[in-house]
Amino acid sequence: MKVLVAVKRVLDHNVKVRVKSDHSDVDLTNIKMALNPFCEIAVEEAVRLKEAGIATEVVVMSIGPKAVQEQIRTALALGADRGIQIETDTMPESLSVAKLIAKVVEDERPSLIILGKQAIDSDNNQTGQMLAALTGMGQGTFASDVEIQDNEALVTREVDGGLQTVALRLPAIVTSDLRLNEPRYASLPNIMKAKKKPLDVKSAAELGIELRAHTELLKVEPPAERQGGIKVASVEELVDKLKNEAKVI
Amino acid sequence: MFQHDIDAINAIREGVRGLCENFDAAYWRQIDEVKGFPEDFVQALTEAGWLAAMIPEEFGGSGLGLSEASVILEEVNRCGGNSGTVHGQMYNMFTLLRHGSDEQKQKFLPKIAAGELRLQSMGVTEPTTGTDTTKIKTTAVRKGDKYVINGQKVWISRIQHSDLMILLARTTPLAEVTRKSEGMSIFLVDLEYAMANGMSVQPIANMVNHETNELFFDNLEIPADCLIGEEGKGFRYILDGLNAERTLIAAECIGDGRWFIEKASAYAREREVFGRPIGQNQGVQFPIAQAHIDVEAADLMRWRACHEYDNGIPAGASANMAKYLAAEASWKAANVCLQTHGGFGFACEYDVERKFRETRLYQVAPISTNLILSYVSEHLLELPRSF
Repeated sequence: MKVLVAVKRVLDHNVKVRVKSDHSDVDLTNIKMALNPFCEIAVEEAVRLKEAGIATEVVVMSIGPKAVQEQIRTALALGADRGIQIETDTMPESLSVAKLIAKVVEDERPSLIILGKQAIDSDNNQTGQMLAALTGMGQGTFASDVEIQDNEALVTREVDGGLQTVALRLPAIVTSDLRLNEPRYASLPNIMKAKKKPLDVKSAAELGIELRAHTELLKVEPPAERQGGIKVASVEELVDKLKNEAKVI
Repeated sequence: MFQHDIDAINAIREGVRGLCENFDAAYWRQIDEVKGFPEDFVQALTEAGWLAAMIPEEFGGSGLGLSEASVILEEVNRCGGNSGTVHGQMYNMFTLLRHGSDEQKQKFLPKIAAGELRLQSMGVTEPTTGTDTTKIKTTAVRKGDKYVINGQKVWISRIQHSDLMILLARTTPLAEVTRKSEGMSIFLVDLEYAMANGMSVQPIANMVNHETNELFFDNLEIPADCLIGEEGKGFRYILDGLNAERTLIAAECIGDGRWFIEKASAYAREREVFGRPIGQNQGVQFPIAQAHIDVEAADLMRWRACHEYDNGIPAGASANMAKYLAAEASWKAANVCLQTHGGFGFACEYDVERKFRETRLYQVAPISTNLILSYVSEHLLELPRSF
């Protein structure tokens, strides 16, 4: 069984984000970039399926300029077998991303596609769902557990009311939530091996996909600065302030 | 200037940082407080193969150069940790790798690479002979298929967390050799066996949380096949490994230096006194800037040493100078960081005082800065030997 994992290069979650002075976007100059944490969980899940003897090959893909190869190599160091980069000048929007992944799915014919539920930069949470619509495959989003039985994937989903388990006929799409697993560290020998694993580069044009923008970014504002707090003398005072000043209870 | 595989170096940095994220400042603070040994950290680093970086692939390591290995230790210190607890495993195997027999290498290196055997200690220094190594009094006398060891060693690190030790002892008395550097031999000693058969260990309480000891040998008999290389040539074998060791320590100091600079800058940006950040005062920002320049300059010498070592060019001068510059720079950065923090720098929860103590060691060990100056004077400037 072949597993395809699509990953995104985002700014590192430890980095304090700064907005450009003209508010046109977030300032990414000299910012440390990393594999999106949800994508890292997706890779880990695929590698675990391979280690359990269920998956036979783990292919990892990413979309973007040459720099995304760094994140593909990271995924290869975690245990994926080979990489595919779809080269684009900028980071495309979710729908274009989903269309590009759908093309790769057409070529590669994986039985399972795992994606992060969302990227921590744009927080869109829609690529997996769009991909399901484009490919007509079943989807198990916000997964906290994945089990493969015969020709089915049993996916436990973290929904508002608790946990929901769905059975999907393969091939299917899974998007990972935070509690699906705890990703490993890449070991030194695996980082070295990753350098030698195959990495194919294709352009969006080669795949016959035209990248289109459907939205326009108007401006970016930093969150309001946190105001200093106050100390209250008693529980009664706290409750009073929550009720009458903050009006939250 | 120096050619390195930048992608590989960056991947190594990322990998080590990822692992170190799980061993944060609170972890190291707690280890320091109880004077403990960072077992979990060492275990994690070993399992992920980082300490076997320089062991050739045929023996289960990654076969990397000094450049890559130095980045590993630099990043551990850069993340607030202390490589002093692990670097022995990385470089003590050089002597075995370069001078051991095929049989010894086959027997020990794969297990060292896998972390099943820890070769973290080297027994050279003695109470009455510090750097004057040729005067060592510990003897190894051949008796049939054994050597009998008698004598004393001091400042022998990580003995309680090691399985093996490289031991230097005199096999021919000083009076009977033509050159004083001859007549010494090195042995690979099984520590568990030694402790049950005549070697006793006396831990030395010290300024940093560093496990170091005094060793006493009272008729310790070890099998003759513990000898590494040829009898009488041990001193030269030991010297062979020192350039790598010095360069690795230099990289640790660079890591410390960068930690101090970042910590000092962050505090100077955020701490407000008299209505503005203290870092707005040139009296505060200039010393941090100077320390940063020193660290970056020392880093260039470290890369020269790595480049020379990895390309088979004699690296003695650059390795010693890199260790000198980096230890000076990290100490300067430590001092600036403490000064910037004022009284808070003395509070354990800021981690500055711990790192301050830890980095101070590298002015003294494994070679003192004075002896590097003597080396440069004598060997590079052809000035008369001063001792």
